[in-house]
Amino acid sequence: MTTATGPARTGAPVWMRHRNPAFRVMRAIVLTFCVAAVLLPFLYIVSLSFAGAKEVNQVGVFLFPRHPSLAAYRDIFRGSLVTHALLISLYVTVVGTAISLVVTVTLAYGLSRKGLPGNRPMLYLVLITLVFTPGIIPSYLVIVHLGLLNNYFALMLPTALNAFNFVVLRNFFMNVPQELLDSAQMDGAGEFTQLVRIVLPLSKAIISVIGLFYAVGLWGTYFSAILYLPDSTKWPIQPVLNEYLIQGSAISQSTLGAVTSSQLQQALPPQRSLDMAILVVSIVPILVIYPFIQKHFTKGVLTGAIKR
Amino acid sequence: MQRLWQHRIAALLVLPGMAVLLIFSYVPLLGNAIAFTDYSPYLGFFHSPYVGLRNFRDVIENTQFIHALINTVEINALIMIFAFPAPIALAILLNGLVGDRVRRFIQTVIYIPHFMSWVVVVSLWLEMFGGAGLLNDILRANGMHSFDLMSDPSFFKSLITIEYIWKNTGWNTIIFFAALTTIETEQYEAAAVDGATGWQQTWHITLPGLRSITILLFILQLGNLLSVGFEQVFLQIPLVGQDSGNVISTYVYYQGVVDGNISYSTAAGFLQAVVAAGLICGANWIAKALGEDGLF
Repeated sequence: MTTATGPARTGAPVWMRHRNPAFRVMRAIVLTFCVAAVLLPFLYIVSLSFAGAKEVNQVGVFLFPRHPSLAAYRDIFRGSLVTHALLISLYVTVVGTAISLVVTVTLAYGLSRKGLPGNRPMLYLVLITLVFTPGIIPSYLVIVHLGLLNNYFALMLPTALNAFNFVVLRNFFMNVPQELLDSAQMDGAGEFTQLVRIVLPLSKAIISVIGLFYAVGLWGTYFSAILYLPDSTKWPIQPVLNEYLIQGSAISQSTLGAVTSSQLQQALPPQRSLDMAILVVSIVPILVIYPFIQKHFTKGVLTGAIKR
Repeated sequence: MQRLWQHRIAALLVLPGMAVLLIFSYVPLLGNAIAFTDYSPYLGFFHSPYVGLRNFRDVIENTQFIHALINTVEINALIMIFAFPAPIALAILLNGLVGDRVRRFIQTVIYIPHFMSWVVVVSLWLEMFGGAGLLNDILRANGMHSFDLMSDPSFFKSLITIEYIWKNTGWNTIIFFAALTTIETEQYEAAAVDGATGWQQTWHITLPGLRSITILLFILQLGNLLSVGFEQVFLQIPLVGQDSGNVISTYVYYQGVVDGNISYSTAAGFLQAVVAAGLICGANWIAKALGEDGLF
């Protein structure tokens, strides 16, 4: 009855409501636990990031420290290390997403048109990468031989074409009504014009979602960065985050790169607050983008693409 | 040839994508040929001596590799037993909710961890469960014994599994949700009229409706048997030590990039890829034998 491309089902019909109270209590507990398990850690680290020296080591500074202070944020932004890493991440994310979208959309569109010689083999070539992923060593050697070590393109190019995203886009393009394109063709539009004038405007929602997926992936780049950027001053935010939060390096004025001598005299906020501030600052962009992703894919954009 | 000209625009359009694909996915695949040589960076590929299957034999006989292999399989077994059913159960629970806004709120929240990088996830976990984390703060404040879950080698596999569940379960409910919407409500109506209880409805209608997608995803998961997530483990090995923490993907990294045993580590990686492909094909065959659509 309802298909996967229909409007998202809005809750179970009332007559299907479970009546067994034990079940409903159990369900409530389970779901509350799931929500709490996700939200609590975030709330906790945000609180910690605003905690001053006195409160930060008290147990469970939940919900909010009584004397919040912006010192941690002020100091990480005043310095150059974290700010620099964030800007690098921004660059890699924005430029990388643009590259990924161009590469994926063109390939998905080209392979969604019938009649292109080599269509099938090329399609299989892409699908095979779902099963076979290149190994670390051979990939590293390719990057080295292309001269891309310490180059940000080493972070953006290998992941530019994601096979899942490709499949979703291609399916979508293939579902564009042929009549639209045929009538455009009769009006003299070539394949390229058809793409730009008809297909792309129709695909705004799904391209946005795919773009956001690429963006989130690029923002999270960690391993490629440490593998291909031996120069640690070029690192984006995730490896920096790892250094301080997981590997436990200590943060001093000089690491932060704070410049003026008067700052050297002031004591830094506690390590924990600084760590948490960096963590929060690396999460916030994703949380900002998140509502936009949500808006698009709850409209059934993705489920529509699952139908073959 | 003429058809190529006819479709020249499409041909041009696919060029960037195919270039990226060939250069960054297929050339490295060819690069696996290094596994058959005794590679030396000074000699380059074409002048390194050919050694046939010797590297592969070395890999299989190496105790560290076998440790890593066992770790990998054990973690994946845990994932398949605990992490695989979790999104199914959660999707079914959520699907039965009548309240639309409650359901949407919960969904919004549980998708969040999927978008966080593993660096962020591990940092969050450290802050909650690490030696200096919230859990231990509370325990110590109440005079109880503190324990560091994140640095405990014997707990490592369970830790990886639980982290994986935390990060992925919410997001993975999406695909089961999509499948649930394809089950006709008439079936539930008919069952309710016949007096079926909630459990009976779930067992006889909901679960069979999810059968196809579950089998499909199970195939994919089986294909990943040898490839536990690299970043997640790699970030935490310094906390528990390589002996207990190593999985195949990290072992390949340490051997190749850190120790420089290039042809050996390529052989290990290649072996893993080949076996994984074999597993997917095998699982796909089984699915088809069970009457389901396979992956291919």
